[in-house]
Amino acid sequence: MLYIKCPYCGIRAQTEFAYGGDATVKRPELNKEITDKEWDEFVYLRKSLRGKHLEFWHHISGCRQWFKVQRDTTTHEIFKTLKPHEEL
Amino acid sequence: MQKYSVFNLIKNAFSGHQNWEVAWKDPTPKKSYDVIIIGGGGHGLATAYYLAKEHNITNVAIIEKGWIGGGNVGRNTTIIRSNFMHDANGRFNEFSMDLWRNMSQELNFNVMFSPRGIINLAHSDAQMNVYARRGNSMRLNGIDAVLLNREEIKKIIPMADFSEDVRFPIFGGLMQPSAGTARHDAVAWGYARQADSMGVDIIQNCEVLSFDVVGGKIKGIRTSRGDIKAKKIGLCVAGSTSILAEKLNMTLPIETHLLQACVSEPVKPLLDHVVTFGAGHFYCSQSDKGEMVMGGDLDGYNSYAQRGNLPTLQHVLTEGIAMFPFLSKLKMLRTWGGIMDMSMDGSPIIDKTHIEGLYLNCGWCYGGFKSTPASGWTFAHTIAQDKVHKLNADYNLNRFSKGYLLDEKGLGTKTWIS
Repeated sequence: MLYIKCPYCGIRAQTEFAYGGDATVKRPELNKEITDKEWDEFVYLRKSLRGKHLEFWHHISGCRQWFKVQRDTTTHEIFKTLKPHEEL
Repeated sequence: MQKYSVFNLIKNAFSGHQNWEVAWKDPTPKKSYDVIIIGGGGHGLATAYYLAKEHNITNVAIIEKGWIGGGNVGRNTTIIRSNFMHDANGRFNEFSMDLWRNMSQELNFNVMFSPRGIINLAHSDAQMNVYARRGNSMRLNGIDAVLLNREEIKKIIPMADFSEDVRFPIFGGLMQPSAGTARHDAVAWGYARQADSMGVDIIQNCEVLSFDVVGGKIKGIRTSRGDIKAKKIGLCVAGSTSILAEKLNMTLPIETHLLQACVSEPVKPLLDHVVTFGAGHFYCSQSDKGEMVMGGDLDGYNSYAQRGNLPTLQHVLTEGIAMFPFLSKLKMLRTWGGIMDMSMDGSPIIDKTHIEGLYLNCGWCYGGFKSTPASGWTFAHTIAQDKVHKLNADYNLNRFSKGYLLDEKGLGTKTWIS
């Protein structure tokens, strides 16, 4: 069981959360001409890092807030959790 | 190569089985090869075998970081099927089925292919309609499919829960009678032994550190056992694909995720088929040793850990008990995990890359084992001819940017309901 510290609620069990994927992917700017390549990168391409990985989680069975987690993808150790607008 | 036969078995019995030839050698890497296959799993070993057999390319090395067959080919739940709806997936996997049917004879190694049939259970009228459609698509592609109603299912698997007051009552199911299972380790060993006998070097405990790319062409690799030159290199490393892609400055439409499987204590024969639960993600078969072999969902977050976490296992087995209540009485014997190269549309990638001489085989998601022979066959063709075969033409890398996704069942990096 992973124990994840929701920045709003504190430490809770993994079963309260849903995973949201890589948090470093940036959506292309709105109202701008966007190439197929840019969409491809945003929608499909992922670095899938081994080691420290910054990712979104959703406290879906709790406060329902999204937030960021820095976690090791090899050991599953969680280093830090952040509110979605915060940077590392 | 010494043939495996009953006569050789008797002959070797007289010397206490001390004089069998080694199944494959342990060579020192040469300075250069025509083709290097990175990854000594099922797909890599099959690729090397078909390169030698179909294309007469024998100056080939398989580079494996650990030992052959130590990854997903030894960690899967051994299910072989071609019950796909999309033409590309149906064609590819039915070709794979043809290779499975003859594999033991061809490799002179008993892979214990057991075409016992797979049943996908349906739990609503709507799901029966979906299965009827899938079954029709399969039959149009020459794949056997039988739609079964509740009574017919009950005759085949009477031990399932047929109560009417349950959350997911059994309405019927779709069966592919020719689907089945095989002994997964034997597949790796059979391909390895034949590839080795045709001159392929199987190099274990050899880690790829970096790639040598000059002017957009692949020249070789640097490994923990020295530099090796090659004209062509094929990547066949499943869950480790993104790690090697990073060394090549490539970003791919895949993520590495963790998938678990487990077996119960052995019990007397009771389940003759592979059965899947239709209202979640759980499947079950019984091994020849009597263990119930079970698997289901991804753990749900990016992982390279090769070991699972309890909440997912509990979730998967809850579905299992809903389908087969007797499972709750069994003790768990072993659980394990493997790391999957989950593609964004749930279908694999077998293609050339923008680097000349570099070929990519990845994105196998939940179902790499059943595709092992076809994957090796088509990847060998792609490498040898420097062009994709019509069987893997739709498994190209640029289908994502072009919008031609092969989204068979809505599977991929994300679990369905989370």
